[in-house]
Order: sequence, then C-alpha cells, then structure tokens
Amino acid sequence: MSLLEVKNLTYSYGVGTPFEKKALDNVSVNINAGEFIGVIGHTGSGKSTLMQMLNGLLKPERGQVFLNGNDINAPKNNIRNIRFKVGLVFQYPEHQLFDDTVRKDISFGPRNMGLSEEEIDERVISAAEFVGLKRELLDKSPFELSGGEKRRAAIAGVISMEPDIIIFDEPTAGLDPNGRNYLLERINDYHKTKGKTVILVSHSMEDIAKYAQKVLVLNKGRIEMFDETKIVFSQVEKLDSMGLRVPQITYIMNKLKEYGYDVSGGVLTVEEAYKELNRLLCRKRGEKC
Amino acid sequence: MDNFIEVKNVTFGYKDYDNNNILNETCVINNISFNVRKGEFLALLGHNGSGKSTLAKMFNGMITPDKGEILIEGIRSDDEDRKYEIRSKVGLVFQNPDNQIVASIVEEDVAFGPENLGVPPKEIRERVDEALKAVDMYEYRNFAPHKLSGGQKQRTAIAGIIAMQPDCIVLDEPTAMLDPKGRAEVMSTIKKLNKEKNITVILITHYMDEAAAADRVIVIDNGDLLIDDTPKKVFSHVKLLKEHGLDVPQSAEIAYMLKGGKENDELPINRHRCVEYIVELLNNN
Repeated sequence: MSLLEVKNLTYSYGVGTPFEKKALDNVSVNINAGEFIGVIGHTGSGKSTLMQMLNGLLKPERGQVFLNGNDINAPKNNIRNIRFKVGLVFQYPEHQLFDDTVRKDISFGPRNMGLSEEEIDERVISAAEFVGLKRELLDKSPFELSGGEKRRAAIAGVISMEPDIIIFDEPTAGLDPNGRNYLLERINDYHKTKGKTVILVSHSMEDIAKYAQKVLVLNKGRIEMFDETKIVFSQVEKLDSMGLRVPQITYIMNKLKEYGYDVSGGVLTVEEAYKELNRLLCRKRGEKC
Repeated sequence: MDNFIEVKNVTFGYKDYDNNNILNETCVINNISFNVRKGEFLALLGHNGSGKSTLAKMFNGMITPDKGEILIEGIRSDDEDRKYEIRSKVGLVFQNPDNQIVASIVEEDVAFGPENLGVPPKEIRERVDEALKAVDMYEYRNFAPHKLSGGQKQRTAIAGIIAMQPDCIVLDEPTAMLDPKGRAEVMSTIKKLNKEKNITVILITHYMDEAAAADRVIVIDNGDLLIDDTPKKVFSHVKLLKEHGLDVPQSAEIAYMLKGGKENDELPINRHRCVEYIVELLNNN
C-alpha cells in the first residue's frame, strides 16, 4: 500500500461563474513512504492546487486522497490530524510568521498537537537546530531576523510537527546560491536521516535534478510524466513543449550523446557529467582513470 | 561610450533611529565606484544582503548615499529639485509583479506612468501601444492583470516602465518568481529593449545564466566591489565566486573541471558554446 494515494482528483476554481477553470483534471498518483519527489510544471499547471489537496486544505470536486489507506476527506477523519502528518510549507513562508517570539511561532504546531511542555521545548530546539537557526534567536521577535533566518524559522515551524510527509512549495525562491544550497541540503537531510517523505515543488530544474528520486510533471492540470528523474530529464523536447527546461548540464550531455559520443542521456549533475567526460578524455589519451 | 550613471565613492548604511539619535548603523555599501555606460547591459551579482538592492534604489534617488555621489547624466541623485527628471530617466522593476500593477486592465496599468507625467492623451495612447508591442503583450491589452501568468504580469510591469520612455531600466530580480518559460520571456524582452531601443539595462539577479547574457558583470560582496568584467572573465573565477557564496553557470563549471580546475578566461558560459567547447576538447586531446 502506498503512503499517499491520489485517485482521480478533479478540481475547478470559480465553479458556476463565467471564470470557471479546471485546475486539476482526473489526476491519479501513488507516493510511497520515504520517497523524495520533485514536482515541476509551468505556472498555472495545477502544482499548488494538487499540493493543497494532499493535506485537505482544498476539498476535491471529484476523486479521493488516501493517507495510509484512509480517505482524508471522509467525515470520520479529523482533518486536523491529517495536517499534523502532512506538513505544507508555502511559497515565501516567512510571510506567515505571526507570534511575538520565534520560539512561540515554532511551538504553535506541536502545541496544537497537544504535546507536553517538555516535548514542545524539545521539538522547538531540535527543529531550530535542524534548519540551522541559532538558539539565541529563539527569544527574538521574528521581525528582527534577516530574510534568510525568517524563512528558516517558518520552515522550523512545520518541521517541529515532524510530519511523515513534508511538502515544500518553492522553498528557495529569492535566496542566493549559498542560501539555496544550504536549505536544500537540510531538506535532503530531513529525508535521509528521518526517512520522511519529501515533496519539492520547484522551478529550478537544477535543484530538482540534484535531489529528487522521482519527478512528477504537471501540465494543464494533468500528469504528463511521473518517473525516475533521469528518465524524465532525458526527454528534452517533451519538456520543452510544456514550457519546461532541463538543467544546463543535462542539455549539454544529451547533445553530446546525440552527436554520437559515448555518454549516457539524462545526466543530472555536473559531477556526474565530469566523471563521464573525464573517462572519455582518459580513454583518448590511452590512460586509465 | 558616454557614461550614463557615475557611482563615485559611495558609502551607505541603514540606521536605527531613536528620536534623532542614531542607535545602530549597518554599513551596506562601502566606498564603491563604477560607471554605467549608455546603452550597456550590466548585471549585478551578490549574495543576499550584499547591498545589490540598496544600490538599485540609489540609481534613481530612492535612496541617497551617506558619502560620495551618484550622477545620472550629470545630475546628482540627491538633487531634490530634479528628482522627477531623474525618475523619468531611470525606471525600476521589482521582483514581485503583483506589487507593481495598479490598474485592473493591462493597458490602463501601462498608461499610469505617462498619465502621471502629464503626457497628452493622444501621445499616451501611442506610448502604451508601443510599450505593449515591445514586450509582446499588445494582444493582452484588454485583459485583467490577475488573469495573466507570472511572466506576462512581469512583462506588463516592464511595459509600464517603458511607456515613461526612460533611458535606463533597473530590474531587481525580475524573474525570481517565474517558471522557466516566464523567465525566458522576460529575459528575451530585456535583451530586445537593450539591443533594439538602446535602453541601458541594469539587471540584478541570482541566476548565473541570466548574468551570462549581459555585456558586463559586477559582483558585489558585503558592500565592496569584488569583480567588474565581461561575463566570460567573471565566470572564469570559479573558485573566487564560490568562496563568496556565488555560483557559476553549469556550462562554465564543467569546462573548469575538465581543465583541471585552473582559472581560464576562455570558459564557455552558455549551453551551446559549452557543447562546442567539449566537442573540441574531445577531438583535439
């Protein structure tokens, strides 16, 4: 059984008005425990709508979402408990900081889960540590923090609930390369060390290529592809037709393969490309690598 | 080429005030000097908090230097009497298009700037049409902005600036919120305005491949000017850029690694050039 099972989801905005628009059209997908899934698609492809349905923020017009086999929208299920299990980090999450200290803000989730004060404290400290937020910042107002620190604080607020599935909707927008790498490494760690399921929505193909095991491609409210990252990114033209790109390095290696060089398609990182090309160079020089 | 903007020994810090006493000052720009030539496409790089956006707001006098001066076609940016003249010369586009769109119809939004400049109605009509055509949004002129994609909204915001006929456009991370297609649309619009209308462009970005498209790149680090050179040369400093929390395009990175990590001023900075570069390497070695 899959951890998360999405069956025939359909959703429209503005139903009954002249602006009715189908955002999701009969979408089905299974996500297994412990997977790192990347989600790509152009603006308006239905990514955010789908993500908001995975923890019941939006109710399906048709179709169902199952978490561990339970329909999350069934009346018997308390949707609040679902939200403790499926955490959602929105775009620009720092806009949602609201309490007067960072500590209180991060503890909001665990407190609502009904944990004891000691447990709450523990969760807050470990979540802050996890995102790399210095302990002395915990008693400051969130508004005294820098932009990058605010974002970390907001993410810690979701991590402190230790959800089984955590969804990040463009967590790195507006961050510089260092900030981007740092945050993605932390997310990757959450996936690896805690064995949790991570869903990463991003417009950065480079980031998706580096971290995701599988990629879900949405186009006009439908799932166009859902496969291993390598396989998805070897389909340059298909992605291009949907307004998407492959990472620069993937494009370069695919082109070289097309020219008849002995390299594999769907290379995802510069390191991988280096290994392949270096092997060719060594072979040419008659050396062993 | 004539200098359009001259930045002379500029220093600036943000201050916390208590009544009239300065409590705290954070230095953001530290004695920086450089010139922006007329018709140039300049990219500004630097990590978060490096002072790039502060500098952007200085180009049209929204922020004035504590020390030193900024001249826009010879006019000091802190000259209060000529503030409107400066603002009509230098237009600013910000990261989030939703924060810059004021009207409920695309063409009305684009007309907002020229209306405020007191341009006659007939000329406003001409300027709006021309601006919308320049960003390829003419067919959307009667749309409501909230019905547009991110890239279309950002192009509308750019049209709103163009309608004021500035000589220079400063864009502060205009593509940060856009998908790959939207980014490509905005980038090609920027390049077109620069090449065809000879508008001076200053682009602030975190995307190295966008900076690679510029004529010249300036790297700012903690308020200091770190590098000022052509993209090819700038991105050959792979190690230096990484040390300062920046990156290089993947094209330059793979070439750099294949060269054995030596600094080289001939690194390819876009994907097409990189393919050629590697093919050459594989055939000649």
